[in-house]
Amino acid sequence: MKNKRWIVYAAFSLVLLTSPAVLNRYWIDVLNVVGLYVMLSLSLNIILGHCGMFHMGHAAFYAVGAYTTAILNTVYAIPVLWLMPLSGLLAGLFALVIARPIIHLRGDYLLIVTIGFVEIVRIALINNVFGITGGANGIFGIDRPTIFGMKISTPGQFFYLIWFFVAVTIYLLRKLEHSRFGRALNYIREDDVAAAGSGIDISHYKLIAFVIGAVWAGFCGTLFAAKMTIIAPESFNFWESVLLFMIVLLGGRGSIAGVILGTFLVIGLPELFRQFATARMLVFGAVMIIMMIFRPEGILPPPPRTYRLDRTAEPEEAA
Amino acid sequence: MTLLHLENLTKRFGGLIAVNDVSFDVAEGTIVGLIGPNGAGKTTVFNLITGNYRADSGKIVFDGRLINNLPTHKIVSLGIARTFQTIRLFHKLTALENVLAGCHCRMKSGSVAAMFQPPWQRAEEKKALDKAMGELRFVNLETQAMNLAENLSYGNQRLLEVARALATEPRLIILDEPAGGMNDQETAQLIDTIRQIQARGVTVLLIEHDMSLVMKACEKIVVLENGAKIAEGTPPEIKANRRVIEAYLGTDEE
Ligand SMILES: Nc1ncnc2c1ncn2[C@@H]1O[C@H](COP(=O)(O)OP(=O)(O)OP(=O)(O)O)[C@@H](O)[C@H]1O
Ligand SMILES: [Mg+2]
Repeated sequence: MKNKRWIVYAAFSLVLLTSPAVLNRYWIDVLNVVGLYVMLSLSLNIILGHCGMFHMGHAAFYAVGAYTTAILNTVYAIPVLWLMPLSGLLAGLFALVIARPIIHLRGDYLLIVTIGFVEIVRIALINNVFGITGGANGIFGIDRPTIFGMKISTPGQFFYLIWFFVAVTIYLLRKLEHSRFGRALNYIREDDVAAAGSGIDISHYKLIAFVIGAVWAGFCGTLFAAKMTIIAPESFNFWESVLLFMIVLLGGRGSIAGVILGTFLVIGLPELFRQFATARMLVFGAVMIIMMIFRPEGILPPPPRTYRLDRTAEPEEAA
Repeated sequence: MTLLHLENLTKRFGGLIAVNDVSFDVAEGTIVGLIGPNGAGKTTVFNLITGNYRADSGKIVFDGRLINNLPTHKIVSLGIARTFQTIRLFHKLTALENVLAGCHCRMKSGSVAAMFQPPWQRAEEKKALDKAMGELRFVNLETQAMNLAENLSYGNQRLLEVARALATEPRLIILDEPAGGMNDQETAQLIDTIRQIQARGVTVLLIEHDMSLVMKACEKIVVLENGAKIAEGTPPEIKANRRVIEAYLGTDEE
């Protein structure tokens, strides 16, 4: 059972990693976009999937990361990849400031407030609030990233850059899931009264989940800015947040494999059916309704965590 | 020595006085029962102790420390653990993970340690795992470790809540109707378990409608009616108390 899963994962990774050899530039670029969304959706998965907070403003953190990178690169010529940690940090700080007063809000209220946030951020960017965001046109002329002196510019090069970060993300978030921290988020999602009664500081964990999710979205922002070389407020609208929200719910809350599958379905699949582009929303809507009725836990819900019990002490009476 | 001291505790819900000027002590190492008719305010007293509700007036002193205004998780880490009258498990998680929730407050590792898993973090996880398995064994649920909590029988779910509470390493455990929904055999087992909890040095305060359990297990009983304390004493004293008998059998006066 467990082995079968790993074989599927390994086969998938292999196909994915060799695919640039056979795909044209267009399809490689589609995979790059999917990769960015996988990383973003995984960051939302911490907040929405694991902790159960209905956060529909994730694009705001993505925007903070992308603009941080864009501004500092175009104004001070700091190499884009060096700006990744700072972009994450600023997105995290931003999350810390805005989440603190709203973190205790119940599901639906939180949803409304976070929708408000993402719109405020977008409108602020359009109106060029600090005179540094370039207004509705955004910022252009962002440098391509360089690694060991090699400039990353073709879709094929970006493919490996983006999916490298996706792999690192998966590795770290998997560990995060299988830990005291990851469990605490699940306890809060399942029953916050029982979680508090078991000694878990609910607001603290909710806040940290928010911040980690935001930091990761900030990292994605850097990659996005580097890939596009132009960013504009419209890339971070409410609809982006909805897509991310949908990916997590559809794929399976708290499930890395589910979120990856969800991203391929929601972001990748429509590319195959371009001629039906106008029906996209209709299909999404219908699929979501059907899913919520028949499989509310998502397509690939996470399997229960396993623990190596053989390593724990034997019961006394067995001695 | 007094472990828990309640003094003139009052809690109102709108016009209803759910807990009315209640005072009593729980001595360390004892098993104390809190009884009373439905709606007497027993669960509300528990919710005040664990910080789920804030008292309108009065004091709650645990181990010499005023805990009235502390958040629930702080109170748990000070050493008070509870179970719920309406079972509140993490239904979609395994029994083992439910107990690991209790271990949480005695652990340290945070998100960064989780991602990079240094040796001390792994040692801590292993220790918690051992502890959680130990508590499952204590309530005879070790074979259920990998089952989802929602798949356990009603009686076992109650025991799982006890295991989770014990995993917080409490000095005082408060049980809200632990025998609720249990059959006679399970209840007899439960009395045994409660005594074993006491033997571990944990003080027990419990709410229970099953009088035979209360009379058998408790050294002291506090009786509430309509939010107010009407009696306090040993089981024989309570059995003989006129006001208690009236409260339970009902009188025509009201
Ligand atoms: N959150 C609340 N809001 C309003 N009223 C409440 C609340 N919690 C309890 N009450 C009321 O307070 C009174 C005492 O309730 P409580 O649950 O403490 O009783 P109890 O002694 O535990 O009863 P039972 O044996 O049925 O569990 C009841 O009248 C109840 O309706
Ligand atoms: Mg009650």
